Amino acid sequence: MLTNSLNSLVLGAAEGTHDAFLNTGDIVFQLLMFLILLALLKKYAWGPLMGIMKQREEHIAGEIDAAEQSRKEASKNLEEQRELLKQARLEAQSLIENAKKQGDIQRDEIIALARTESDRIKESAKAEIEREKDQAVEAIREQLASISVMIASKVIEKELSVADQEKLVNDYIKEAGEGR
Amino acid sequence: MHHEAPIVPFLGLYFNLANVLMITVASLIVFIIAVLSTRTLAMKPSGIQNFMEWVMDFVKNIINSAMDWKDGGRFHVLGITLIMYIFVSNMLGLPFSIVIDGTLWWKSPTADPVVTMTLATMVVLLSHYYGVKLKGTAAYGREFLKPFSFMFPIKIIEEFANTLTLGLRLYGNIYAGEILLTLIAGSLATGIGGTLAAIVPMLAWQGFSIFVGAIQSFIFVMLTMVYLSHKVSADH
Repeated sequence: MLTNSLNSLVLGAAEGTHDAFLNTGDIVFQLLMFLILLALLKKYAWGPLMGIMKQREEHIAGEIDAAEQSRKEASKNLEEQRELLKQARLEAQSLIENAKKQGDIQRDEIIALARTESDRIKESAKAEIEREKDQAVEAIREQLASISVMIASKVIEKELSVADQEKLVNDYIKEAGEGR
Repeated sequence: MHHEAPIVPFLGLYFNLANVLMITVASLIVFIIAVLSTRTLAMKPSGIQNFMEWVMDFVKNIINSAMDWKDGGRFHVLGITLIMYIFVSNMLGLPFSIVIDGTLWWKSPTADPVVTMTLATMVVLLSHYYGVKLKGTAAYGREFLKPFSFMFPIKIIEEFANTLTLGLRLYGNIYAGEILLTLIAGSLATGIGGTLAAIVPMLAWQGFSIFVGAIQSFIFVMLTMVYLSHKVSADH
């Protein structure tokens, strides 16, 4: 069986399928088909595929460029922000400084104002006291005079007239007031 | 084992209708695969587009290993189409063959020397065409006298030998694979025991044939690019 097949295999290989004719039509057909296939595939498959691969290549290159660009921009921005922050810090410091100074000045002003006010109040109080005191002294002096007159009149009712006595007491009080 | 071929004369040419059928089928399959895989193209490739891009890169690497991309870029489309067509052709005869009334209809188109020699001749003629086109006729002619002028006959023989080996290598590998598959399927698997016994060698040989088919399509494109680079590149 196997030898049989082998025989026919050898026979088949030797004879081939085309020993009688050269299949010229096959040559033409194969060539034509392949060229048509080549043209069709170039138009409908490989062309678009190569196009998209090229496009992707460009896209990636563009993205890399863009990334580089944005990285640069970001670092620039960071630098700017840092600069701004520094400036802001300096500004804030100067503001605080100013405020402190302002506060000091205001405090001094307030204190000065308060001091003058208190001085004024004290003065006026003193003046008031003085006036009150004078009034009181005056009142006391008047009362004392009348009381002295009363006492003296009681003591020397009969010997002195009211006018004489009053004069006497007044003199005496005046004397006492000057002596004080 | 020896099947008749359905040969029909037409317009003074002899057509093997089985070859015509299988060439058409192979071309259609390649076209459908290629168009399906590139129908929805995306910047972010997925699925079958990835596969097709891998094939493109694969062929690109083959070309780059033979010549400058500056010279070889123009052969990219040719290389991809060739490798796809030959690979699909090699695979077609593997799962089954169809014989009607002793006439073999379904087989690999590359299991026919006429088909493979046509492809090989086309490649070699292309290499001469591009040699003249890119380097000029004088420089192209001088290549035949290098390194010594007395090697001119050898150079001429080399061209024919290249064509012959390129075509017959592919034919021989695929034809032998199919013959053995037919042998296993038709002669060994006659009874139940024979069928069972045929399973293991059948599986092994089909696996090996897939490998051979892939390798042969790779080699064909590789040699195509080498021959093209011999004619096209300035440093050869």
